Amino acid sequence: MISIQNEPLSTPAFIAAVPAGEPKISVIGTGAYLIEAPGAFDLEAQRRIWALAHAVELWPEVREVVPGVTNLLVILKRTPVEPEQFEARLRTEWNCSRAIDLVGKTVEIPVTYGGEHATDLAAVCDYTGLTDREVVQLHWQGDYTVVALGSAPGFGYLHGLDPRIHVPRKTVPSLRMLKGTVTIGGMQTGVSVLTGPNGWNSIGFAELPMFDPMKNPPALLAPGDKVCFVPERIEL
Amino acid sequence: MIEVLQTGPLNTVQDLGRFGFRNAGVTSSGAMDRLALAVGNLLVGNDEGEAALEVQTFPFRLRFDRDTTVAITGADCDARLDGRRLPPWWALAVSAGQVVELATPRHSARAYLSFAGGIEVEPVMGSRSTSLRGGFGGLDGRFLAANDRLGVRPAGACVVPPGGFGAMPPETALADHFPASEDGTLLVRAIPAGEYALFGGEAERFWSQTWKISSQSDRTGYRLSGEPIKLVSPVELRSHGVVPGVVQMPPSGEAIVQMSDANTAGGYPKIAGVIDIDLWRLGQARIGSRLRFVRSSVAEALAVERAVETYLGDIRRTVPMLAEALAAMSRR
Repeated sequence: MISIQNEPLSTPAFIAAVPAGEPKISVIGTGAYLIEAPGAFDLEAQRRIWALAHAVELWPEVREVVPGVTNLLVILKRTPVEPEQFEARLRTEWNCSRAIDLVGKTVEIPVTYGGEHATDLAAVCDYTGLTDREVVQLHWQGDYTVVALGSAPGFGYLHGLDPRIHVPRKTVPSLRMLKGTVTIGGMQTGVSVLTGPNGWNSIGFAELPMFDPMKNPPALLAPGDKVCFVPERIEL
Repeated sequence: MIEVLQTGPLNTVQDLGRFGFRNAGVTSSGAMDRLALAVGNLLVGNDEGEAALEVQTFPFRLRFDRDTTVAITGADCDARLDGRRLPPWWALAVSAGQVVELATPRHSARAYLSFAGGIEVEPVMGSRSTSLRGGFGGLDGRFLAANDRLGVRPAGACVVPPGGFGAMPPETALADHFPASEDGTLLVRAIPAGEYALFGGEAERFWSQTWKISSQSDRTGYRLSGEPIKLVSPVELRSHGVVPGVVQMPPSGEAIVQMSDANTAGGYPKIAGVIDIDLWRLGQARIGSRLRFVRSSVAEALAVERAVETYLGDIRRTVPMLAEALAAMSRR
């Protein structure tokens, strides 16, 4: 991890190693603060981010909180008069926060693996050195946790992908990937929620609607939920 | 009711935006120029955040099916009522059957049509804003088309002087707080963001160079062309929440500013964040126009916010006073 001074220098940057355990806090404009957990990605850090989110969203000056992957964006109702104080409170809250388990539901997602929508399955096999059958099996055998929602309405970033099928995002995104495509992006997997450009690797298709704007809550998944992919059909 | 007679693509119903669902991946949407929306609403006696029409492709024509009060704010688009020219930032009473027409503005990008009572569409997740990407909100989640008919919500008595009245546009009223450059380049104030220091000596050029708003720019975000700015060494960021105004630097080194329909999450390095109170100016910037980023601070942003609040407060107080005075005169 690296830390950046709050008031960046105009000359070549000052970048220093910081003690383990210190989060990085930065701003986006005048009303948004991003706090990033130190260290490598793990679910422990994510659980602590969830705890922080629960605490901070109750603060009166906070409009909304957006948990990301081991980080939390805090959006304020108005520009803080004392930004340093707010940052200090955020840091203190992180230091006090203890990892929590969200009591999530388990969502089963029926999937058609392979077939016409799995346009990147061959590339995934090439990259991993596995057969299509092995890739599919490793995918549906996984136990997944919803780490965060984001990017598009109801899209869940799922953690728990077998390292043997970690595949980087594509350098050239698909221009029109269908809503419902089951994808792998790096160490994460997910089901796309909008038809459009997408840089993740498609290996299957799921019919289950992930988002309905007229429902409350509109998103099927929530952070902390468990997800199982059920191989309904395998077309290889 | 109002009826759209002529429109280009991408004109939508917008209010101040949809909040509280960003953690489910739902963008805020909302007017690109929130200040123009707020003033338009205040002029017709609404709360600042009522839904209005955001017009960004022209010409645009609509007919009123009943008597109402309308305000036209934002870009000066040579607005005409039945062919008669209206001043910019103007509100007036209109009668059933009259037609208002907006032509392509010369300087700014977006005009707002606010109606007494506000546009009647069903709120979705607490907002009437259209999310084109999500396909919900506004008019069935889509942009306006010719022959669309929209309802206007009931309004209290809204008395306006014959011939109408206007507000001084913020460019004029707040000229001291929104400085303009001598060469017409838009000045956008920003604060360094999380990865600013990782650009090393290159970061200085972010402020010094003039950026051009490329044709690949829309309500989601603006792509800026300029001399690329690269990281000292590559960095892999985990997906994190972002807000409108964030300036990201993809590997190409050409900046992207996320706007009202911004993705809720991103992973590109963030070089800066536009101060919230300058976003309306960016929302009025046209494709092909030029801008420079000016390094700012929270203290400066707060001072500008106070000036804008005073400006809005004046309008908020003046409109009912005007209505009362007119009512008193008519009783005499």
